[in-house]
Amino acid sequence: MDKKIDQEQVRKVARLSRLELTEAEVEEFTGQLGAILEYVEKMNELNTDGVEPLAHCLAVSNVFREDIVEESLGTERALANAPQQDGEFFRVPKILDGGSGA
Amino acid sequence: MGGPVEHKVIVGLEIHVQLCTRSKMFCGCAVEFGAEPNSRVCPVCLGMPGVLPVMNRQAFEYAVLAALALNCEIARFTKWDRKGYYYPDLPKNYQISQYDMPLSANGFIEIPVGGGGTKRIRIIRAHLEEDAGKNVHSTGGFSQVDLNRTGTPLLEIVTEPDINSGAEAKALAVELQRIVRYLGVSEGDMQKGHMRFEPNINLIVTRDGTEYRTPIVEIKNLNSFRALERGIDYEEQRQLDEFLETGQVMESGNKTTRGWDDERQMTVLQREKEEAHDYRYFPEPDLVPVELAEGRLNEIASRLCELPISRQVRYVKEFGLSEYDAGVLTGERATAEFFDRAVESGGEAKRVCNLLTQTGLKIANERGCGIGDLGFSPKGVAELAAMVEAGDVSATASAQILEAMVETGKEPRVLAEELSLLQKSDAGELEAVVEQVLAENRQAVEDVTAGGKKSKKAMGFLLGQVMQKTRGQANPKVVSQILAAKLGGG
Amino acid sequence: MEQLSAKALRDRIAAGETSSVEATEAILSRIEDVDPALGAYISTHREMAMERAADVDRRVKAGEPVGELAGVPVAVKDNMCTTFGATTCASAILKDFHSPYNATVVEKLLAADAVIVGKTNMDEFAMGSSTENSALRRTVNPWDGARVPGGSSGGSAAAVASRLCYAALGSDTGGSIRQPASFCGVVGLKPTYGRVSRFGLVAYGSSLDQIGPITRSVADAALMMNVIAGRDAADSTSVDETIAPVCDYLEKLAIPVEGLKIGVVSEFNAGADEPVREALGEAIGVYEGLGAEVVEIGMPRLDYAIAAYYVIATAEASSNLARYDGVHYGHRSERARDYVKVYTKSRAEALGKEVKRRIMLGTYALSSGYYDAYYLKALKVRNLIRGDFTEAFRKCDCIMMPVAPTTAFGIGEKVDDPLTMYLSDIYTIAANLAGVPAISIPCGFDGNRLPIGLQIISPAFTEDRLLAIARMFERQTDWHKAEPTVSGGH
Ligand SMILES: [Mg+2]
Ligand SMILES: [Zn+2]
Repeated sequence: MDKKIDQEQVRKVARLSRLELTEAEVEEFTGQLGAILEYVEKMNELNTDGVEPLAHCLAVSNVFREDIVEESLGTERALANAPQQDGEFFRVPKILDGGSGA
Repeated sequence: MGGPVEHKVIVGLEIHVQLCTRSKMFCGCAVEFGAEPNSRVCPVCLGMPGVLPVMNRQAFEYAVLAALALNCEIARFTKWDRKGYYYPDLPKNYQISQYDMPLSANGFIEIPVGGGGTKRIRIIRAHLEEDAGKNVHSTGGFSQVDLNRTGTPLLEIVTEPDINSGAEAKALAVELQRIVRYLGVSEGDMQKGHMRFEPNINLIVTRDGTEYRTPIVEIKNLNSFRALERGIDYEEQRQLDEFLETGQVMESGNKTTRGWDDERQMTVLQREKEEAHDYRYFPEPDLVPVELAEGRLNEIASRLCELPISRQVRYVKEFGLSEYDAGVLTGERATAEFFDRAVESGGEAKRVCNLLTQTGLKIANERGCGIGDLGFSPKGVAELAAMVEAGDVSATASAQILEAMVETGKEPRVLAEELSLLQKSDAGELEAVVEQVLAENRQAVEDVTAGGKKSKKAMGFLLGQVMQKTRGQANPKVVSQILAAKLGGG
Repeated sequence: MEQLSAKALRDRIAAGETSSVEATEAILSRIEDVDPALGAYISTHREMAMERAADVDRRVKAGEPVGELAGVPVAVKDNMCTTFGATTCASAILKDFHSPYNATVVEKLLAADAVIVGKTNMDEFAMGSSTENSALRRTVNPWDGARVPGGSSGGSAAAVASRLCYAALGSDTGGSIRQPASFCGVVGLKPTYGRVSRFGLVAYGSSLDQIGPITRSVADAALMMNVIAGRDAADSTSVDETIAPVCDYLEKLAIPVEGLKIGVVSEFNAGADEPVREALGEAIGVYEGLGAEVVEIGMPRLDYAIAAYYVIATAEASSNLARYDGVHYGHRSERARDYVKVYTKSRAEALGKEVKRRIMLGTYALSSGYYDAYYLKALKVRNLIRGDFTEAFRKCDCIMMPVAPTTAFGIGEKVDDPLTMYLSDIYTIAANLAGVPAISIPCGFDGNRLPIGLQIISPAFTEDRLLAIARMFERQTDWHKAEPTVSGGH
C-alpha cells in the first residue's frame, strides 16, 4: 500500500491550517489521515467524466441586498469579545511583513 | 560576454479600485473613511461565528459598469469563491473573491501616449471582491487592527504585461481614475486608498543577440501615481544592474515581492512565507451565483457614457480646441457634459470653453463644487458665448457677467444691462459721438492725419474719448472702424 | 405535565388552563435533578426563562395574543448564536464567546413566545456522531448511561427524550439531528437545504448544514417547522417563497398520503445490524398494512456518499473554522510571541482533536496539487448522488432506510478510530449531499432496549408530505410514547 500522506505533508498541512502540532500528533494524524484518504479514494471507482461538479444543491441565483446603510455595532461592542485590545483597536503582536494584499 | 546590452521593461498591473457604494459589499455597515476605529463594523464584517454575507446589488452593478467601460466581455453567469490566507486584518481568514468565473474578462484600456496618440493595454480580467481591514503599525511590540475598511467592495483589474515604462503605468492609472470617476463608480481618491496598484515587473535583456528574461518582481505599497512611476523606473534600473552583475534569469516560481519605500525612493525585498500562495480557493457556499439577463445587462450598459479619452480627441478634432483645454474640460464628467450641453444649445465651442475653463472652473474650485452646481445653466453659458460672439459684450465683461450669474442666477442679457456692460455696435448712433469727439479734439486729429510717431497714440486717445462718452458701452471694434474711415488709414 | 406534547402545552397555556411559569419551573427543577448525570445542557438560563414565562402568563391573563409556542420550554443547540449566555459550540475556543446577535431561528422562537431554558451539548463545532467530542461536557444516552446519545446534536436529543424540554433545535450536516434522535428514541427532522435560515448557526459545512427540530412527536416537529421555516433576507441560501412556499405543516399533517409508494434499497440496507433491519422491515410492514406499495429502487452511488461527504464537509469546515484564531474573539494563547504564533498556538491549545483532524483533512483536500483529486472529484460524486435521488423519486414518494447501522454504542468505543466513526454515518449523509429533507422517527427497540429510528427521505421542499407520512406511522404505533427509565427523576 502506498502511503497517501507522509509526515512532511502533514506538517505542511498543519502550517497551512495554522495548527501547531506536537511530534506525537504529527505521527497520529499521519496514520489517521492516511487511512481516511485511502478510504476516500473509493470515489475513483466512479467514472465522473463529463459530470458537472455540484457545489450547491440550490437552484437559486441573484440574491441581493439594496445598498442601504444599517447601524453598525459600535466600537465598544465590536471589541467586547477581543482577547486583547488597545484603545479602539484589536491588538496583536507586531506585524513585520507587508499588508495582506486584497 | 560584455557585448552591447539592450533592455525592455515589461509591466503588468494588478489594480484594486474601491467602489463608492454607501454600504459594504456583504453587510449594511457604512463605507466611511476616517471614522473612529472599529466603529463601522457588525457581526458580518467582523467575521463572527454564524454570520452570512448578502451581496450588495449596487456593488455588482458598479463592477459591471466599470468592466463595460474597460471593454470587457461580461460573464452571464458568475459566482464567488473563498481565497484562504491568515492575516489579522482579514477576520474570517478568507476573502470572498472570484476565482475561475470572474464577472468580466478580455478587455482593454486606451491610454494617452505622447503626441496625441493612444496605446491599448489589454485587460485579462476584472472581478469583484471584498477589502481587508487595516493593520496600524504602532510602537512597543504590538500592531493595532482596525476593521472599518473590512468588506468594502473592490474591483480588481488585472492587465496583460503590455506596459513598457513607469510613465505608461502612470498614464494608465490617471486614465483609469478618470474613467471610474466619469462613471461614478469610484471616487478614485489615491490618498484614501481608493486605487491601489501592484505592478509585476521584469526585463527582457538582449545581449549578443540572445534574449534573457529577468525574474519577476511584484511591488507593493505604491500609494500615489508618482510612486507608481518611480517604483517601476527604480525597479527597471535595479533589475538591469542585478542582471549585469549576477546574470540571474527567470525560472518558474521565483517571483519575489518588494515593498516601495517612499522615503528612500527605493524598493525593498519582502520576506514571504513558503505557503503564501496556496490560497485554497473553493466556491463560496454562502452566496448564490449571479445570472445576468440580457435586459439587465443592457440596462446597466445604458448608464455608460463617452469616456474621457475619446471625448478629449473629439474636442480637439471637432472644435479645434487645444489639447490642453480639451484635457481640462474632460477632467471630470460633469464638466465635459456641461460643456457638451452648452455647445448643443448653440454656444460657440471655443467661447464656451474659455468661459468654462477661465472663469467657471476657477469659481467651482474655489467653492469646492462642480461646474453644474454653480447655478448657471448650459443654456445661459451658450447665450453668453453668443453675446461675446456678436460683440454685444466684451470678453472681459463676459467673465464679469458669468460671475454675476453665479451670484444672482439671472440671465446673462439681463445682467449685461443691469451692469451696463452691453456694447453699442449701432454705427449710426456711434458716428454722432465720433463726430463730436473729433470736433472737440482737433490736436489729436491733426496728430493722426500727420502720421508718424504720434499717430498711433492719438488714435488710441480718440478711441478712449469715445468709450468715455459712451460710458464704456461702445463696441471698440466698431468705433475703430468708424474712426479709421473718417480719418483715413488706421 | 411533562407528558404533554409541546402543542398541547401551548394550547393549555394560551387558554389559561395552566401557566407557563408552572411548566417552566417544572422543567428547570427537573433539569437540576436529572441533568448533572445526563449532561444534556451546556448552559441553562433560569432567570430569563422565568421572566419570559411570567410575561406570557401575564399576556394570556390580559387577553393579549400569544405566539405559536407560547410559554413552551424549549432548548437550542449551543451552535446557534444567542445574545444571552455564551455560544460555545462545545469548544474551548469559544468557551467565553458572547454573541452580539441572535440567530434567526432564535429570533423566531422568541417571536413565537417560546421560553428558551438552555443551550444543549454537542460535538465540538458539530463534528462527531456521539457528542463525545464536546470539550465542555459529557452527555450520556437517557436509555443507558454507559452509551452515547449520538451526535452531534446529542444534548438536544437527550434533553427531549428525558423530558428536560418540550422541543429542541438541532443542526444536521451529515445526520446530526436524525442519528441522535434515533439513538434517543425521539423525532428528528432535517429540513430541505434552504428551508430554514442558517443565519446565526455557527457554520461547519455550509453547503450541508441545516437547522431542524428534535421533538417527542411528529406533530411537534410540524409545529416547530411552522415557527422556524421560511426565507431570511440575511441568508442568501434560504429559499424564496416563490420557489417553495412555506405551508402550515401542522394543518397538512392530518391528511394521510394516498397511494403511497415507498422506495427501498435492499442491498444498501443490508449493511445494518440485524435488529435495525428487523425494525425497518416491520415499520415498512405497517405502511403496507395502510395500503402503501413498496418499490425496490437502485441507488448505486449511495456507497460513495461518505467518501464525498468527508471531503466536502471538511473542506468547507477548514475555511469556516479559520476565523477562530485568537485575534478578534475567542481563546488566545498566552505563549504567542508573534502574530503567526497567536494563530498556531491558540488553535492548537483550544481546538479538539476531531476538529483539528477535519481541518487538516479539508485543508489537504483544497491545497494545491490535491484539489482536483479530492475536492473536485467529491463535488462530481455529489452530483451523481443527487442524480440517484432524482431518479428514485420518479419511482416513489419517499425512501425508507435505517438512520444508523447500529443502536447507541458504548461511550469510548469508537473515539480512537475516526474512520469507523465516520462509516457509521452511512445512512444519513446522502440526504445532506442531495439537500433533501429526511426525518427519523422511533420504530422499535433492540434486545438491550435501545431505541431504533426509521428514516424517511422525500424530495426537496416536501416537508409537509414527509411529516404526513411520518404521522401515518406514529398513529399506528406507540414507539414514540416510550420513556427512558435511566433519567428517573420524579
Ligand atoms: Mg485581489
Ligand atoms: Zn458590517
